[in-house]
Amino acid sequence: MSLLLVAPIVIPLATAALGLVVRGPRAHLGLSLVGGAALLASTLALLGQVLRGGTRATQLGTWPAPFGITLVADLLAAVMLAVSSLIGLVILVYSVETIDAERRAHGYYPLLHVLLMGVCGAFLAGDLFNLYVWFEVMLIASFVLLSLGGERAQLEGSVKYVTLNLLASLMFLSAVGLLYGLAGTLNMADLAVKLREAPRPGLLLAPGMLLLGAFGIKAAAFPVFSWLPPAYHTPPIAVSALFSGLLTKVGVYALLRAFTLLFVQDVGFTHGLLAWVAGLTMLTGVLGAAAQMEFRRLLAFHIISQIGYMLMGLALLSAGGLAGAVLYVVHNILAKTNLFLVSGMAARVSGTYDLKALGGLYRSRPLLSVLFLVPAFALAGMPPLSGFFAKLTLVRAGLEQERYVLVGTAVTVSLLTLFSMTKVWSEAFWKEPPEQPAPSGRLPLSLVVPSATLALLTCLLGLFADEALAVGTRLAEELLSHQAYVAAVMGARP
Amino acid sequence: MTLETLLALVIGALYAAGLYMMLRRSVVKLVIGLALLAHASNLLVFTGVGLTRGRAPLVPEEATVPAPGVADPLAQALVLTAIVISFGLLVFTVVLLYRAHQAVGSPDLDAMRSTEE
Repeated sequence: MSLLLVAPIVIPLATAALGLVVRGPRAHLGLSLVGGAALLASTLALLGQVLRGGTRATQLGTWPAPFGITLVADLLAAVMLAVSSLIGLVILVYSVETIDAERRAHGYYPLLHVLLMGVCGAFLAGDLFNLYVWFEVMLIASFVLLSLGGERAQLEGSVKYVTLNLLASLMFLSAVGLLYGLAGTLNMADLAVKLREAPRPGLLLAPGMLLLGAFGIKAAAFPVFSWLPPAYHTPPIAVSALFSGLLTKVGVYALLRAFTLLFVQDVGFTHGLLAWVAGLTMLTGVLGAAAQMEFRRLLAFHIISQIGYMLMGLALLSAGGLAGAVLYVVHNILAKTNLFLVSGMAARVSGTYDLKALGGLYRSRPLLSVLFLVPAFALAGMPPLSGFFAKLTLVRAGLEQERYVLVGTAVTVSLLTLFSMTKVWSEAFWKEPPEQPAPSGRLPLSLVVPSATLALLTCLLGLFADEALAVGTRLAEELLSHQAYVAAVMGARP
Repeated sequence: MTLETLLALVIGALYAAGLYMMLRRSVVKLVIGLALLAHASNLLVFTGVGLTRGRAPLVPEEATVPAPGVADPLAQALVLTAIVISFGLLVFTVVLLYRAHQAVGSPDLDAMRSTEE
């Protein structure tokens, strides 16, 4: 049994469990940070191992595949694990100054670690039912984090979030039941082989479409994203940032996995549908953002819009498209989380998230302005930042397949994103403040450092785009041929 | 009518009733709808695998595998797990809706729109 494959689940679990026992805020905080750092270290080590030695898999409980519980880390899972645990640590640091004592006393930190455990478990699961269980772990932690504090807006947002996510979970469960009835297995490697030889591939459309619906809701794709905008701006900003970085991307990860490994029998239909969903998700998200004058709500609509680009890469189903999609996921997790962090700092300085009431931040806070510009330009796709290369890869892959409408939409939406970011810049940073600027203290380091770290990584991802693209292409080729994945899982020693 | 057909009809009715209840405006009906949908999904997993009557998946003495044609125990294990999960989530939902009802002062879902404009 490979310890590194189990660590991303055990470390957050142990941290959360200890967090319920340890008394005293300082010890609590220390434990939480150590847990977050250990998680990051373990996932980075796992990523290094997978980069060198290829897909790793292990069987829990000494049952051989496909009967046992399989944990498997291919390059996609390893990359997602590393980025997610980085975001986890960043948010833990950011929470030090932004989460009030009452929320901390009610188990904020343990819940955050449970959420990270759910996310890591979902990336590592090698079995559809386990994936379902990890989704539920992640969901219940996110439900409580979202409603923790019990403010009216939070509760109203949570009602929508909880209802639609439960509906998605039930669709997922129905699909799992149908697939097990059809194929007699739920191990994804085993399914990958059996579904490719299925005698009646038409029947597979039913569970396939149910999974598309379930993961589509979780990823906030068109037309089922309506739970996201009313919910994501209601909790404390650290929670919003964490959700924006991780939760929808787990949905995207599940889509990437399901529609490269399992459902490739009728690519013309499934991936054609995905292309429509991708284009409309981009467009509706960015148009929704254009109408917003609240910093966090505007960013929430951009989450939706960006999901479209990731789905576009999946819809193309080529090495270039998938590489672009994965680059995009990584870039977006970094940039989008950072934008939420910056909006939190702007609100801390000025006391509001309303873009109309904000102003003059460029003069009073030049450093904060730079911290905003980096992820904002990355999101819009300006060279030499990370977003540019991710978009370039996607557009090239689209042009290769002569999908001009989809590529045209992607480029247009990119321009509209730039417009939207310019709006934020001119409202919050450039224009004169509407009234006397509110007295404001210094921004604590625990707010600046996480944001600066993410900004630095966004720049580095742009500067080392060649290396990133090489890893992305290797990852995409792994996704396109299922043999390596199947061999790693079936050959894994218990 | 075979048991499969009957159960298929029951599951379909449960899905329809659950979705209908979720579309109503009252928070209580929302919970009932979610509960019905959870039952429908659990029954679907159970039925989708195929129903086998009267043959328990027991391994006879001095054998290592059960005789062919027995019921598949895995589906029942899946359903059991799913029941536990959906029950836990449902309890959370009930508490959440109760608190939302308290905060908003109305059981009408249409009154909970202040975060949307």
